[in-house]
Amino acid sequence: MASGKEIRTQISSIQNTQKITNAMEMVAASKMRKAQERMELTRPYASKIRDVIGYLAEADSDYRHPFMEAREANRVGYIVVSTDRGLCGGLNNNLFKTMLQDSRAWNDKGVPSDFCTLGQKASVFLNVVGGNIVASETQLGDRPSAEQVIGSVKVMLDAYRDGSIDRLYVVYNQFVNTMTQTPTIEQLLPLQAEAEPEGKYRWDYLYEPDPRTLLDGLLTRYVESQVYQGVVENIACEQAARMIAMKSATDNAGEIIDDLKTEYNKARQANITQEISEIVSGAAAV
Amino acid sequence: MANTVQCDIVSAQESIFSGEVEMLTATASNGELGVMAGHTPMLTGLAPGPVNIRMADGKEEVFFVSGGYLEVQPKKISILADTAERAHDMDEAAAQRARQEAERELANRSSEVDYSRAAARLAEAAAQLRTLEKLRRKKR
Repeated sequence: MASGKEIRTQISSIQNTQKITNAMEMVAASKMRKAQERMELTRPYASKIRDVIGYLAEADSDYRHPFMEAREANRVGYIVVSTDRGLCGGLNNNLFKTMLQDSRAWNDKGVPSDFCTLGQKASVFLNVVGGNIVASETQLGDRPSAEQVIGSVKVMLDAYRDGSIDRLYVVYNQFVNTMTQTPTIEQLLPLQAEAEPEGKYRWDYLYEPDPRTLLDGLLTRYVESQVYQGVVENIACEQAARMIAMKSATDNAGEIIDDLKTEYNKARQANITQEISEIVSGAAAV
Repeated sequence: MANTVQCDIVSAQESIFSGEVEMLTATASNGELGVMAGHTPMLTGLAPGPVNIRMADGKEEVFFVSGGYLEVQPKKISILADTAERAHDMDEAAAQRARQEAERELANRSSEVDYSRAAARLAEAAAQLRTLEKLRRKKR
């Protein structure tokens, strides 16, 4: 049995850890609220542009943009959104697992993958498993600007344009609520064809100046906004997951401290009992 | 009753305006245009400049967009703005400063890249001032 002093040092060290995890929990909680607000603010744009793209796919246009043309897949691209820092439970690992499954499924069909990573953890992970990283961006921080995302997205868009990848996916954690974050894989390119609208009249937009430049700009903006939305959502997920992870760490530390305190008291009591019996037997011997 | 149409103005950062409008005027890449209810479907790029909306009760409101896209459906107008501001939130002094800054950069330009960026900034500052001008005229 450990002596009283040893247990006391152990308790105080765990108490220090508990203080840290408790502080991290509170920091994550307040950051999560802000991240959630930002997520709500960016949502209207993302959903609006998705609507417009939906109409666009319905429109009966003479001009088909390459982004809307499905072609046979010879190579697929993933934009992987992860956190920069750890201590957020299984958030990143769950995401990577989902992504790897998808990528393996393609690989079995003889289709290799390219990766673009946003966030430290994804690039570290893909380096370990030997994924082919073509672009990466780290240190996005708590308030990423659209500019930080656009650079890496452009690399993937260019790869799609010149035909080196034929599918583009974005992988991120979807924020359902504080307790639940779902790893999500969304296909960005080619735009998924909607079911052929039957019996609808044929119509098309008036394009100004011309469909080519307009669609190119709009579709690029669409992909960027979807990725940006993913990044913002992933940050809210990160903070929520960290909050939960730190809360359970704090609780666990509390339990261990309780156990150790019991042990310490037992040890102390045994010591006292022993001393008393020594004194008593010593007195009896006199 | 006036014929109105649902209009949404959103920027990447937030939703700026949503409501029924009678008419919307904006600066498209090919020039200014006005949209009313029942317009044929249209998709166009927006140049930096003011977006003016007139609501059913005759009230007008001015927004500033630094570029983006205007999508028109017969029953719906959407503006996907790069950045949008309510015009009366804008700071005239800051816009003036930005314009002078951009003009000075244009005057002693060093490279081609900087030139195009400065020109874009100048266009934006000028458009902001134009928006403010419009707002002031209306107030009088």
